[in-house]
Amino acid sequence: MTKNIKVIIIGGSAGSFTVVANILKELPKNFNIPIIMCLHRLKHIREGFVEALQLKSNLPVVEPYDKEKIKAGVVYLAPANYHMLVEYTQTIGLSTEEMVNFSRPSIDLTFQTAAGAYRSNCVGIILSGANRDGAKGLKFLKEHGGTAVIQTPEDCKVDTMPKAAKAITTIDYEFTTDQIIDYLKKLTS
Amino acid sequence: MNIEPQIVVGLTELRKLSDFIRYKYNFDFSHYAVASFQRRIMRVMEIHKLNTIDDLIKKLAASVTFYDDFLKEITVNTTEMFRDPSLWRALRENILPELKNKTTIRIWHAGCSSGEEIYSMAILLKEAGFNGNVKIWATDINSNVIETAKEGKYPIRNMELNEANYSRFEGVATLKNYYIEKDGFAFMDKNLLNNVTFKIHNLANKEVFCKFDLIMCRNVLIYFDKVLQDDVFKLFHESLNRHAYFVIGSKESMIWSSISNKFKLINDREKIYQALI
Repeated sequence: MTKNIKVIIIGGSAGSFTVVANILKELPKNFNIPIIMCLHRLKHIREGFVEALQLKSNLPVVEPYDKEKIKAGVVYLAPANYHMLVEYTQTIGLSTEEMVNFSRPSIDLTFQTAAGAYRSNCVGIILSGANRDGAKGLKFLKEHGGTAVIQTPEDCKVDTMPKAAKAITTIDYEFTTDQIIDYLKKLTS
Repeated sequence: MNIEPQIVVGLTELRKLSDFIRYKYNFDFSHYAVASFQRRIMRVMEIHKLNTIDDLIKKLAASVTFYDDFLKEITVNTTEMFRDPSLWRALRENILPELKNKTTIRIWHAGCSSGEEIYSMAILLKEAGFNGNVKIWATDINSNVIETAKEGKYPIRNMELNEANYSRFEGVATLKNYYIEKDGFAFMDKNLLNNVTFKIHNLANKEVFCKFDLIMCRNVLIYFDKVLQDDVFKLFHESLNRHAYFVIGSKESMIWSSISNKFKLINDREKIYQALI
């Protein structure tokens, strides 16, 4: 049975840019679920990332302001040097607190707070990456009733991150990039 | 320090905790942003190996010293010198020239934390040729961080990032001119604090204590909810001279504020506002 999915959370690091770009390229204009993305990035470079993703995407891609309301069909990218949290009011909260897993933004923080706010109505996807950030976040999301997805390790440029997630959580789906795209498209149809 | 909370604190428990703190210490957390407050509480419980909210409440009830430590750990104090170098360049190139002719320039760092931004401002002003005609107020809710700011002693490992920021700010020399290195710490030049007054101040109490030409409050209000944010925006507006400047974090916004029409956004990228009335 398909759950009522209200938000999609994506975490990625080394090797995830192409995957994310391909996903955004394939999702249709009328895709009506918000996508919240925490991708590791250089702390001091504020410009360029969101613009590069926007070139590929049919959906608007934004680096949200603190307190921005989460809307259907918008892609939210964690801004440089901020953690991106999801508030219970389904708004974005930003934080400059300590790095987690040597990362700011940290995928664990985005996943944990999104799971708190959306419970069983969220899907979390961990993509290619060279560290363990996101593993605990995906576990937390799964424990709160969400759907846990990882990119198939063989499909990843760097498979450390999805493997770390798989090591501590029962994964619902292991998907290649194309399967992720099909899966997401079906969520709105 | 990488602290991953293991315990999950629910919203009911959070409310119980903030009710207790308001009753016992007259401090109101009810308008803090919930997700980050929840996370900070779980982090404190992890640090002190506390398993339940009741254990935390018991400790808070028993010791004022513990409450002070708790307050320090709840508030986020991570900061950098010259964080967002492009903002500091904009201040140097666009804002300081506008202030140059004033007899005395008054600047307020609201939520000054451990002081990195105060030293950045002092260095900026010094390099721009401002001498005695500047008065800086640095306030924070937390007396511990104010002591750190006064001492100006920072782990040397932090200086690499600060140096990189300073270099992107395109300062006239090197940050090394402003500190000496000893025993693994950088000791900032105390002369930089000549025009600085420190003060404990809680933004939530809405106390106006002076009129300013520039208020810096970056990445402080993100920990408040919209209601408290709006109250603090009003406090700042009351604390600004006409046409004075106000700076928030690059990913903060005043668009939801009830008094946004009293400000003009003069630099969108760096979030520099000017008070209209």
